[in-house]
Amino acid sequence: MNRETQSLLLLLVGGAVLRISLTDVYLRYVKEGLRPFLIVSAGMLLVIGAITLWREIAERMRTADTTHGHSGPWVAWLLVLPVFAIFLIAPPSLGSDAAARAGTSVPVPENTDYPPLPPGDPAPLTVLDYATRAVFEGDASLRGRTVQLSGFTSPREGGGVRLNRIILSCCAADGRPVKVTMVGELSRELPADTWVEVQGRYDPRVDSDPANGEKIPYLRVSSLREIDKPTNPYEE
Amino acid sequence: MLFRNQLVGLFATPAMQTWATVFVAIVVQAMPFLVVGVVISALIAVYVPQSFFDRVLPKNPALAVPVAGMGGVALPGCECSSVPIAGALVRRGVTPGAAFAFLLSAPAINPIVLVATAVAFPGNPEMVLARFVASALAAIAMGWLWLWLGRSEWIKLPARPDMSGMSKPAALATTARHDFIHAGGFLVVGGITAAVLKVWVPAHWLTVLAENPIVAVLALAMLAVVLSICSEADAFVAASLTQFSLSARLTFLVVGPMIDLKLFAMQLGTFGKSFALRFAPVTLIASIGASVLVGWVLL
Repeated sequence: MNRETQSLLLLLVGGAVLRISLTDVYLRYVKEGLRPFLIVSAGMLLVIGAITLWREIAERMRTADTTHGHSGPWVAWLLVLPVFAIFLIAPPSLGSDAAARAGTSVPVPENTDYPPLPPGDPAPLTVLDYATRAVFEGDASLRGRTVQLSGFTSPREGGGVRLNRIILSCCAADGRPVKVTMVGELSRELPADTWVEVQGRYDPRVDSDPANGEKIPYLRVSSLREIDKPTNPYEE
Repeated sequence: MLFRNQLVGLFATPAMQTWATVFVAIVVQAMPFLVVGVVISALIAVYVPQSFFDRVLPKNPALAVPVAGMGGVALPGCECSSVPIAGALVRRGVTPGAAFAFLLSAPAINPIVLVATAVAFPGNPEMVLARFVASALAAIAMGWLWLWLGRSEWIKLPARPDMSGMSKPAALATTARHDFIHAGGFLVVGGITAAVLKVWVPAHWLTVLAENPIVAVLALAMLAVVLSICSEADAFVAASLTQFSLSARLTFLVVGPMIDLKLFAMQLGTFGKSFALRFAPVTLIASIGASVLVGWVLL
């Protein structure tokens, strides 16, 4: 790989990272907080690539030097793969396939005194908050309340539909699903990866996730509507 | 266009899409840290004279190792930054044992990573202390081991372009490009591998492994190696591995920032094959040993 190609690779990688971080596409892969760092590092790659490319071209014009060393390692060619992936495939955010591959993740809470549900009828909750309350304290704070959750659907093993959300700590590589089984007339056979907003009430049944044996709580759905995929498809 | 259609067809299955998302996520997440690492490394090469390191590090190499190891506290980043920086330190004449203690400790003991650990384990603040102590212990032990047994001919730094006659900014850009090209390709190798394992290793295997305490420690050490998660995120993953004992999860947190597939590939590119093939397995043993010891005392 000659030096001009190395500079071009920096421009390509910098361009790809800048492209996803100037739109909302980066939120499919990493968290919102990384955005300024993505923009700055992409800018630095573009500047470094441009300076070195300009120098190589100037040098070549001056000396007509064709023996420019092939100094880059072969493995550097692999840097085109993330660029291709971003520009050509544009991988979607993690969905029902990722949810099926990993067990539901409801971390044991540090204390069992849950704050009361947020006010409102229905009370808006994250899927993680609902699942944690339902698994660890049953109906203590959920009794008699209608809650509203949003997430994407996936098929339940043995029939039925689940509501899922992927929790991200840092990037999609550490994404962990939280799952809730939906029951009730409205949770009919929805195709996987449909984004929905549901309202419903606590149901005491639980499933055992075949992937890790953790409990998957139930939600008795009273209303359901399809929504657009949210800008940030993950929960924290 | 034809090529694009074939590529899109290949990636139309859900499993391949999950793989591609995880792969792009690893590379994108690492990118700011890699760029910061290669720029700091280039700044050291171009602007910091060798006399600076002679002044700040003790003359005695055996003392320089712990000083450099604790110096890792000052680099708020993850392992993608520390590999090129350690390479720059060795070039600048820092004794390799000290540079390696820094390489191993910096991603694990800096404030950002320790705060992330505290947030991920709200009920177990002793995890933060255990992680700090075990990581520093393993890094310093590796530095001393290198002083004792290491041979400088194992290290083969890729030849940097000749920068004589360049202005300093031009030399800075050329050095940064060189380091980025060398470390970046290997980052992609690590990202590909880690994404394959993340997608295709069944989760229920872990449940079986968690049952025996010794198997659990070794299993999480291997999981840390294959998953190659950034050290700023690994605490959250460890916290979610609730089937495992705290000691096993400590091993996950100590091993991951010191040696994983992505780091091994980057060390291969930065220090050469003879180095990486010796250094990586010994690092794995040292980091498991330090975690078991510290886990036994503190957890």
